Amino acid sequence: MAIDAAGLAAIRLTLELAAVTTAVLLVVGTPIAWWLARTGSRWKGVVGAVVALPLVLPPTVIGFYLLVALGPHGPVGQLTQALGLGLLPFTFAGLVVGSVFYSLPFVVQPLQNAFEAIGERPLEVAATLRAGAIDTFFSVVLPLARPGFVTATILGFAHTVGEFGVVLMIGGNIPEKTRVVSVQIYDHVEALEYAEAHWLSAGMLVFSFVVLLALYGRKKEVVR
Amino acid sequence: MSGAAPFGPGAARTGAIVGDGAAIRARFGLGWPGFRLDVDLALPGRGVIALFGHSGSGKTTLLRCLAGLERAADGYLAVRGELWQDESQRLFVPTHRRPLGYVFQEASLFAHLTVRRNLEFGLKRVPAASRRIPLDQAIALLGIEPLLARLPGRLSGGERQRVAIARALATSPRLLLMDEPLAALDVKRKQEILPYLERLHAELDIPVIYVSHAPEEVARLADHVVLLADGRALAAGPIGEVMARLDLPFAHDEDAFVVIDARVAAHDDAYALTRLEFAGLPLWVPGLGAPVASRVRARVLARDVSLALSERHDSSILNVLPARVVSLDEADPGRTLVCLDVAGTALLARITRRSAAQLGIVPGRDVYAQVKGVALLR
Repeated sequence: MAIDAAGLAAIRLTLELAAVTTAVLLVVGTPIAWWLARTGSRWKGVVGAVVALPLVLPPTVIGFYLLVALGPHGPVGQLTQALGLGLLPFTFAGLVVGSVFYSLPFVVQPLQNAFEAIGERPLEVAATLRAGAIDTFFSVVLPLARPGFVTATILGFAHTVGEFGVVLMIGGNIPEKTRVVSVQIYDHVEALEYAEAHWLSAGMLVFSFVVLLALYGRKKEVVR
Repeated sequence: MSGAAPFGPGAARTGAIVGDGAAIRARFGLGWPGFRLDVDLALPGRGVIALFGHSGSGKTTLLRCLAGLERAADGYLAVRGELWQDESQRLFVPTHRRPLGYVFQEASLFAHLTVRRNLEFGLKRVPAASRRIPLDQAIALLGIEPLLARLPGRLSGGERQRVAIARALATSPRLLLMDEPLAALDVKRKQEILPYLERLHAELDIPVIYVSHAPEEVARLADHVVLLADGRALAAGPIGEVMARLDLPFAHDEDAFVVIDARVAAHDDAYALTRLEFAGLPLWVPGLGAPVASRVRARVLARDVSLALSERHDSSILNVLPARVVSLDEADPGRTLVCLDVAGTALLARITRRSAAQLGIVPGRDVYAQVKGVALLR
């Protein structure tokens, strides 16, 4: 087998990170996307821009500021220490935090689009059929936005698998703790281990292609 | 979930009992740039009430206020003894706590649910003790039994609206609001749904507020009419009166008409005629299948009524009714519109101005109305 134990550990860690990050993103991103889709607030533009920042910023910038914020002298770092959680940088939890920021737009934007496409009418209809706000969200909005959730899940997961800069900045390069596949490949190349780098890289390539094929090849769901 | 804040400070205090338990009292004042709704209405708590007016007259906004989908800053609404809104005490019952049914103009079925699940959506959110209309009855009333397993995407426009109406009924509403439910349908589909709406009217004791801009729908369905223009109520009253008022636009329509609610008195099989009766007067129409004593509604066009000073028996016209001239409208240089009182029922006649002058038609004059045509609406 051309992928060694370290490589397998990196793959396992990467999948774990992507799974946890995606779960967190769906929980955090849904209310943000809902608010962005429904609000008439003047803060909508600001929040929308902040969510989209990771699309344009170099990952090193995100990683750097997260490192500062989560570090021993940063506000979040002091909070986590006060709560007895210790410091997040160079831990798996720290990686999750970084990944959540990094992949946020890939989850929020498809959800926001899906919520906007539903429009006001089904919500009003639900209200005239005795459904309150929360009831309506679960019985009408979630099912109607299902394609958006599928897209958000796939993109959030795949984008997290593909990250490098943020992970390197706040996770470092600790085997089995923070060394994900992309970092492992980087290590192989640094060490001129091109064969190992090839195997992992080709694996990433195939994985990414399959994911995107699943996304774009999905038959348009007929709704209405 | 509505645009207006659904959870006002008064949201918890629902259903206070107020005033006249049988009627609907509604006062709303709200607006946005270019439009203002300002109405104060006392409506009967039964029958079909039509909100009639051109687009932009505020019909739909008024209906949305009644439903609580819009919250009028100045608003008061009591429906058959229950207070739904009173801004003077900051009370606003949100839409989902109001026992109402709402049928939207366009198809509004949940695309992800089958017809049956759509029907059950509202039903299962209504406490068992408040269910008065069994689902089976709603299904039978609208004739949608064969559609239950289908998804809304596989229904025709008319079928979707029938399902939407049944879905609203299945919540056993105390008030049914309909926003031009037939507007998006072609003539054929309209004809398909109208009989169901009439059955609703006949079989269920639920007041219906029905938005329409089509006079023929109003004539067929409504018992009471509110005429809206520019966000104000120009007139409100029983359909027979409102349609005949010369100061309102209805009477000036080329196809102006009045409606007469009558009873089937007898069938004359020899001549294939049916005798209706209203206010003790006979009205002959082509033979009907309806049984004796059943209620029917007839429409008489203003241009089908001519006037005579004596009750002539040498004419082919069957229906000659004693009438008194109430008022005239002579705005048109060639034609005069005459409003008549036939034993308490209003009738319109459109005659030439020359005839009006020659016969000496003036208010208070007793005449005979010769009715050339009567159409049965239901």
